[in-house]
Amino acid sequence: MTEPPVLDVRNLRVDFPGRHGTVTALSEVSLAIRPGEILGVVGESGAGKSMTGLAVQGLLEPPGHVAGGEVWLNGRRIDHLSNREMEKIRGREIGAIFQDPLTSLNPLFSVGAQLVETIRLHLGLGRADARRRAVELLTEVGIPAPEERVDHYPHQFSGGMRQRVVIALALAARPRLIIADEPTTALDVSIQAQITALLRRLCDDHGTAVMLVTHDMGVIAETADRVAVMYAGRLVEIGPVAEVIARPRHPYTRGLMGSIPALGARVARLAQIDGSMPRLDAIPPGCSFNPRCPQVMARCRTERPGLTPAGAGLAACWLAQEEALA
Amino acid sequence: MIVFLIKRLFNAVMVMLVVALMAFMIFRFVGDPIQLMVNEQTTQAEKDALRQSLGLNDPFPVQYARFVAHAVQGDFGVSYRNQQDVMSLIAERFPATFELVLVATIISLVVGVPLGVVTAIHRGRWFSEGLQFLSIIGVSLPSFVIGILLILVFAVMLNIAPSFGRGDVVAIGWWTTGFLTPSGRAALVLPSIALSFYQITLVMRLVRAEMLEVLRSDFVKFARARGIPAWRIHYRHALRNCLMPVVTMTAMNVGSLIAFALITETVFQWPGMGLLFLQAVTFVDIPVMAAYLCIVSFIFVALNTLVDITYALIDPRLRAARS
Repeated sequence: MTEPPVLDVRNLRVDFPGRHGTVTALSEVSLAIRPGEILGVVGESGAGKSMTGLAVQGLLEPPGHVAGGEVWLNGRRIDHLSNREMEKIRGREIGAIFQDPLTSLNPLFSVGAQLVETIRLHLGLGRADARRRAVELLTEVGIPAPEERVDHYPHQFSGGMRQRVVIALALAARPRLIIADEPTTALDVSIQAQITALLRRLCDDHGTAVMLVTHDMGVIAETADRVAVMYAGRLVEIGPVAEVIARPRHPYTRGLMGSIPALGARVARLAQIDGSMPRLDAIPPGCSFNPRCPQVMARCRTERPGLTPAGAGLAACWLAQEEALA
Repeated sequence: MIVFLIKRLFNAVMVMLVVALMAFMIFRFVGDPIQLMVNEQTTQAEKDALRQSLGLNDPFPVQYARFVAHAVQGDFGVSYRNQQDVMSLIAERFPATFELVLVATIISLVVGVPLGVVTAIHRGRWFSEGLQFLSIIGVSLPSFVIGILLILVFAVMLNIAPSFGRGDVVAIGWWTTGFLTPSGRAALVLPSIALSFYQITLVMRLVRAEMLEVLRSDFVKFARARGIPAWRIHYRHALRNCLMPVVTMTAMNVGSLIAFALITETVFQWPGMGLLFLQAVTFVDIPVMAAYLCIVSFIFVALNTLVDITYALIDPRLRAARS
């Protein structure tokens, strides 16, 4: 664990100024990913998981912007770079995988044309070399008959195969970091396992760091090394996957775990967390989870807990702090 | 692809046959052609003989078949008004209109498409909103007002462009072109601008609307995440996805401009088909009207077929579905 992290996000804050005042979409988000490591980022819709990925890539939709904190990539600070400078980083140092492979490819260009475009742009290869590399990439992500498939158009591929093409595009310039935003959500369960296995293999083979954004705890359990749990724009818990799953420290994480069906366990009904996540412009004082927390204490309603060591990881919870001290 | 082409051609032929039927019925049943051809001293016997010799006593389908057979060879009979062969009358006028429409269409695309892209990318900026506002004026100003204003400013006040006529033309076979002489090219400037004004704003608004739609799509975001430079995303990835409606609209516009560039042609005294048609209507010159109907429909059908083929060239999904 002495290797420097590929991605180091420190105290990141993202603001969306609007007509009715500024909404803070992310605050105090700190996480780091080392080479060859897969960090899972989980949470409900709107918790800020995808936003974190977009902020790192400099792809926030205006008027959203990074309002505080730092993003370091391969030892270089990138959060204040211009869009033109970020264009050189995106694709080259950060590969991206999107949720829906059906819509992330341009329908009017062959997959080869899109691969060649990306490869030539980042690696400066000639047309013939870039095409050879495109075929290699398709082979690497497990597309059969790549020589032939390279000239096909996106609509000629199945969903799973298209996601492989998207991964090949993300890998085109051998980035050291890949941000995968719900890469398996739009796919069949059987295909999901293949795609996560592919990500795991690429990560192990090339030492690529992966930020795996998903709401699916099952995918995290199978694929990730560490997991970061987000709630209402903040990190509530972060730690090694096995540890967080076996002994979640934050009541929200416990709630998430309770909502996963376990094989063989006979329960009438899956546990669920009552209520819903607060809107970002109406976050309660104190701990933002307090209105839904089954173990809420008086302190939770007034004071916001920071991330403190809990077990092998960190958790933002007064209860977890007390347990750690005890 | 070949099956698709054959199907399209078959459709086109069917449409043309129906149009020919309509043209024929106008020709045959609006008034009595014999009555229009003869003078008052002609006897009934002579009229009957003429009717017989022209085949007007034959059954309806036979007459229709004969009309189609002649029309295919470009024979639409003789104009009632000036006893000239209808086809040569139209052939004389067609190049003038075609060249005018061609130049106007090129101008509208070359100016309209980039304006549409720019106003879509910079939505909300002052120049984008300003152009959008100006385009409303462009759409709502009638073309004769624009034509007269252009004549006033550039021909009368500044005296830098001719205000009427085609200038000198060069004959290439039966085609006459104004592209090859300086006065011919100069004469094209004002009318083609007047004609393209409305088209520019239409193309611009269409491209803008389509671009705004496409720029929201996932593949544009993914292209950004791949580090593709912004200009390349806009002009290569996004624009190409906007082209289909633009192609359709342009083709339909070319058709209607050729058929009905009438107002602009009148303002600039352009010796095109619009003027010919206007005269044919005034004099109830039925052979000219029938021929005009057939030719205009032929242009529309041909353009439509061309559009369908272009679709398949732009979008690979259509190629697959049709082959």
